[in-house]
Amino acid sequence: MKFFEDIAIGERAELGAHTFTADAIKAFAGRFDPQAFHLDEAAAARSPFGALCASGWHTAAVWMRLMVEHQLREDAARRERGEPVAQLGPSPGFRELKWLRPVYVGDTIHYAMEIVETRPSNSRPDWGLITLRNTGVNQKGEPVISFLSVAFVERRGAKERARDRA
Amino acid sequence: MSKLLWEDFNPGRVFRHGPRRITREEIVGFAAEFDPQPMHLDEAAARATLLGGLSASGWHACCILMRMCTDSFVLNSASMGAPGVDEVRWLIPIRPGDELTLHATVLETRASKSRTDMGFVKFLFELINQSGVKAMTLTTSLMIGRRGSGSQPA
Repeated sequence: MKFFEDIAIGERAELGAHTFTADAIKAFAGRFDPQAFHLDEAAAARSPFGALCASGWHTAAVWMRLMVEHQLREDAARRERGEPVAQLGPSPGFRELKWLRPVYVGDTIHYAMEIVETRPSNSRPDWGLITLRNTGVNQKGEPVISFLSVAFVERRGAKERARDRA
Repeated sequence: MSKLLWEDFNPGRVFRHGPRRITREEIVGFAAEFDPQPMHLDEAAARATLLGGLSASGWHACCILMRMCTDSFVLNSASMGAPGVDEVRWLIPIRPGDELTLHATVLETRASKSRTDMGFVKFLFELINQSGVKAMTLTTSLMIGRRGSGSQPA
């Protein structure tokens, strides 16, 4: 992760793509969202979705996986260049999540994120808060998911200030 | 038993489910698959983070909430999914051994303008831990089939 001060509104990153298989859709739904249209082809065909489709939570969880892998790659590149790596903190939540189209068996979703807001944390002076617009687009270029997530990011000098306090 | 239809969800109605005990194994298992950050994977590494110890991924918390909803009333209703989620707040960490109870409160209902076979039911979902503290809130509108529409998915 970059330090909070180095993150600019408008920065965008492609996070990678993921193909949803029938087995993975059913396995996820069996654990977390066992509605018939996520579990069974015949029942899904009779449902408003028309065919087996992934739980919206599955589509969102894959975004998280690709986001973490993206950050790990970025951090490895920073260490290779001898640059410091900032901590990515937890998230207080997200908002305006829209499941815009179903994700069907065999769909490949390309995920991306863009920085839309940055602000220092009032309660935690060593941290800033960033807001991301996250999107997923299928192989036909149709958007399937969009949401705004918020996360804490370490500020420059936090480690030094902690040492001074100790 | 007949399924709950849109007309059965009146503002103020509350569905409760749980408690459900959250294990270390499921926290680490979900994180390894979908959110492999130290604060969700490893106790020692998690202690060094802002969360101060191992805790469930927020997306895992969403999935736990979804499963508790399906076990509570969604599978017993003419659910047609949801177009999205208005807002999720992860208020405090969910730790191994926590026992979570779901409160699902109907806030308001409205008929669909474009589809006569369904309506929207806006819910406040809360996950409350064994100390009575809210760990997470989620607000969203579910699409539910209406009476006489024949829209009662399997």
